[in-house]
Amino acid sequence: MKKLLQSDWVSRLIDALLPVFATLAALILGAIMLLFLKVNPIEAYAALWDGAFGSSNAFAETLVKATPLLLVAIGICISFRGDVINIGGEGQMIIGAIFATWVGLTFTDLPGWVAITLALLAGFVGGAIWGGIPGFLKAYFRVNEILSTVMMNAIAVQLMNFLLRGPMIDPSQAEVASKIPQTARLIDAFQLPRLIPTRLHLGALIAVILAILVYILLWRTTLGYRIRAVGQNPHASRYAGIKIQRYMVLSLLLSGAFAGLAGATQVYGVNYRMITDGSASGFTGSAGFNGIVAALFGQLHPIISIPASILFGALLVGANKMQRMVQVPSALVIALNGLVVVFVVSSEIWRRRRQKRRLSVAGHEEGSPPDETIKPAETIA
Amino acid sequence: MISDLFSMTVLIGILASGIRLATPYLYAAIGETFSQRSGVLNLGVEGQMLLGAFAAFYVSLTTGNLWLGMLAALLVGAAMGLAMAYVTVNLQAEQGISGIGFYLFGLGMSDLLFQKLMPTVETVQGFPKIYIPGLSDIPGIGEIFFSHNILVYIAFLLVPIAWFVLNKTTLGLKIRSVGENPEAADSLGVNVGRIRYFTIILGGILSGIAGASLSIGLLNVFQQNMTSGSGFIAVALVYFGAWRPIGVLGGALLFSMVNSLQLWIQVKSVPIPSEIAIMMPYVLTILVLVATVSRVRAPSALTKPFEREN
Repeated sequence: MKKLLQSDWVSRLIDALLPVFATLAALILGAIMLLFLKVNPIEAYAALWDGAFGSSNAFAETLVKATPLLLVAIGICISFRGDVINIGGEGQMIIGAIFATWVGLTFTDLPGWVAITLALLAGFVGGAIWGGIPGFLKAYFRVNEILSTVMMNAIAVQLMNFLLRGPMIDPSQAEVASKIPQTARLIDAFQLPRLIPTRLHLGALIAVILAILVYILLWRTTLGYRIRAVGQNPHASRYAGIKIQRYMVLSLLLSGAFAGLAGATQVYGVNYRMITDGSASGFTGSAGFNGIVAALFGQLHPIISIPASILFGALLVGANKMQRMVQVPSALVIALNGLVVVFVVSSEIWRRRRQKRRLSVAGHEEGSPPDETIKPAETIA
Repeated sequence: MISDLFSMTVLIGILASGIRLATPYLYAAIGETFSQRSGVLNLGVEGQMLLGAFAAFYVSLTTGNLWLGMLAALLVGAAMGLAMAYVTVNLQAEQGISGIGFYLFGLGMSDLLFQKLMPTVETVQGFPKIYIPGLSDIPGIGEIFFSHNILVYIAFLLVPIAWFVLNKTTLGLKIRSVGENPEAADSLGVNVGRIRYFTIILGGILSGIAGASLSIGLLNVFQQNMTSGSGFIAVALVYFGAWRPIGVLGGALLFSMVNSLQLWIQVKSVPIPSEIAIMMPYVLTILVLVATVSRVRAPSALTKPFEREN
């Protein structure tokens, strides 16, 4: 048995399954919390499952929710691989959406597909700017990016509220007293096409294609190799002649760009306008945070992040059904997401230990050290 | 109008509420100072504050005793700190990311309990103002400094206490050495893990109290996500204050004064959009980080897990 556990592929399989164990542990803890709240956990989880996968409509909703998660997650894969912690997904989504919405409301004469392409690009650029600023501050002024991205989130929310209540407000809302902070609706030609007769839109497909492209970028190009090298060992990278500051900015900028795109697809694929309740999550649905969870769960691998995003999309959609059926507030899912993050990063220690053992068994014959771990940040300063 | 902002009463009002608003930041940031000086970045402050705020509010409301509420916040903070300590010290998990996990847990959990346990909106009679005899009668000064509730006074007292503990006691020396060079501290017989457990749990307790100072001191209500980022700002203030309690005090005051000014700008309907006003403290924080961080050095072992070589 011991020998089996130590054999190479079994050990790698256990590594791959660690996030699954982490999720199971979180669900079990969640069940205990439900028991304390006098709710039958089996009923609650059954409602959750049914809400996420119970019908083709439900499953389509799950995929719709998974789309922004995946887009944010593949950005997170880039930045965390580059040892840059991007907590600013919320703000980057918002700015991306503002840019994209502005395009759609300004250039109404363009053919549909041109406008959509331009709008998605605008979202990409908006997110890139909002991610690039903290990246620049980290690289050249040593400002901790965790803090600056959190601040950038708060600033983006206020910018959104200002624009959606003022300069960009829906003219019909400007006239009535309620003044819901929302923009005018995009014209029909500018809406992302639906894939099947549900709310599932083209954005989901775009996200999957981009996940594959980011995988290629990270593991099959020099650029990606350098981003990862800077993340793994900044000092060695500097000696190797890599301008590490430039790659820090780049990885946060790209990370923000994908979050910005997530914001743009929310506008063009789901709501057809930008709308909020005054809070960040009012627009993003907290995808900027949950995308981090999905990426960590996906082991910071863009392809594995696809099923991971679907899983968390399912949790979010299912939570609404759970709230209706057994009166458990959907906030439970946020708490569970938090536990999953804690468990996943905590379980890294076993992966590291087994990796060490694998290396010592192999007697360092394989040469290059494997790079599949979430490496603790060298310095966050 | 803008000229309204510069009348004496308004100025005193801005300064007095600035002092009050600094309270939660002080508790949380002083706690974070301890944990960072020992080499641990606790990013879960916001979650600890939210759970502390809820625990204090709920227990105060159901028992009618504010001090029991405080105790509840303290215990909840300690429990969160204990979990964080186990994850970062024993399991050597990445501190920034696990902190985000604890934040999400606190965010979801406090909202869940709030919705489940409190079907109706309620308010609590928070800690009353204590007018320091004599001093509170001084015109202006009295209102600014000596007319606050007990939690405000304790928060400000905490600053010299933290300075003393960190710089003048053996415990403080151990904390600092663990944060600068854990290997050396270990070889001198300091138990690195135990020191970090202590500082992280202390940080959790102070974050819990920070939350309580909002829910049963400043605002006297609980709302979903009521801290709205102040836990993260508290972490930023530690960088801002160059890991020194006095610097943290300066940062907390600057931040809360700008915030207070921003609130008065809205009240006085100065022609600045309120959203832009609310943005100011955050923009300021980033600018200040740019100006200060590159000139000071973080504890060398910050965010680095310690593993004893055998």
